[in-house]
Amino acid sequence: MLAISIQIALALVTAAVVMSFWRLLRGPDIPNRILALDTLYINTIAILVLLGIHLASALFFEAALLIALMGFIGTVALCKYLLRGDIIE
Amino acid sequence: MTRLLPHPVLTPVLAIIWLLLNNSINTGQILLGLIFGWAIPVLTIHFWPEAVSIRKPLVLLRYIAVLLYDIIMANFTVARLILGNPDKLHPIFIKVPLDLTSDLAISLLANSITLTPGTLSARLSDDQSYLLVHALNETDPDTLVATIKHRYEHPLKEIFESC
Amino acid sequence: MLEFFLSLLILTGATLTFIGSLGLVRLKDLYTRLHGPTKATTLGVGCLLIASAVYFSTTDENISLHEILITLFLFITAPVSAHLIAKASLHLSLPSIAKAPETNDNNQETPDKTAEDTSNSSTDEDIEPAEPELPKNTTRSPEQ
Repeated sequence: MLAISIQIALALVTAAVVMSFWRLLRGPDIPNRILALDTLYINTIAILVLLGIHLASALFFEAALLIALMGFIGTVALCKYLLRGDIIE
Repeated sequence: MTRLLPHPVLTPVLAIIWLLLNNSINTGQILLGLIFGWAIPVLTIHFWPEAVSIRKPLVLLRYIAVLLYDIIMANFTVARLILGNPDKLHPIFIKVPLDLTSDLAISLLANSITLTPGTLSARLSDDQSYLLVHALNETDPDTLVATIKHRYEHPLKEIFESC
Repeated sequence: MLEFFLSLLILTGATLTFIGSLGLVRLKDLYTRLHGPTKATTLGVGCLLIASAVYFSTTDENISLHEILITLFLFITAPVSAHLIAKASLHLSLPSIAKAPETNDNNQETPDKTAEDTSNSSTDEDIEPAEPELPKNTTRSPEQ
């Protein structure tokens, strides 16, 4: 039962990744693309966690943690660039 | 005392984060966590503009419980709105006047607003007098402002700024 | 029983993540789109991470709680990035279904306010009043 629900969950999250990617390609402007990237990295964390349960391996945790940290910093840096025209002041 | 232990709240928080990162509760890890929890605030003292003081821990716990409940309810609300007809939504920008003064309390309020039903904090005015809130589907702005003030701002004021 | 509970958590989490991204596609303007990912996706991934914590705590001999760390981190950072994206798009005056408030006014008409801002959070507000459009690599005034 757990195996089946993980398969269904992976399918749902993959569909979520596809939709976020569609928004990333479509735009129509930069904040929309930043939002799509933000959603995309959170979806990636979901996929990594699901794979971790599926393969019964705790190794994916570090990757998920790093993606969470880097994704947040990336979003903040992009927004900061839009707001100020510069990242490090 | 203030030089040796500048942030009494930060030290146990950092130690707990260290233990969670290592996923173990050995004596050695607890000691190492406490050392890091003491050393990092001392070394980064200039990056912390204001000291955090929690006046009423019980109110804080109740606030967190209310917030968790609201986050879960918010998700069902937003999920229903997304699955419904997007043309029927009635989004609106609302100005919420602020009574809070400390930076930490204001940022916590903004985060709470974003995480709770159908509302999203969009910007803080330059003089920190009001917060611009975007509501996903709201026809009655006054009630929303009253709810935010009563449910989130009042306890935060009690926790961080009570006299 | 435990397996049923885990499956329920995983399916709820995946469905919420899916709905969050569905909002990204279905809704009409950026400000309403922001609601989906910040709320639904965050709680969805939170559910999945809690399921992972429960799974590894019950299968391995020792308790595994480090997933809580990512959950907390996401719950703290998701509103911050949403706030920043909203602020950036207000700054660029993106089209919105809701009547946008006088977006750039308090930046353009009161540039003298910038001198009072001392804390880190409020210095984000003082955008150069002369350049409302997307700034290129401009030379910056030294006091900022």
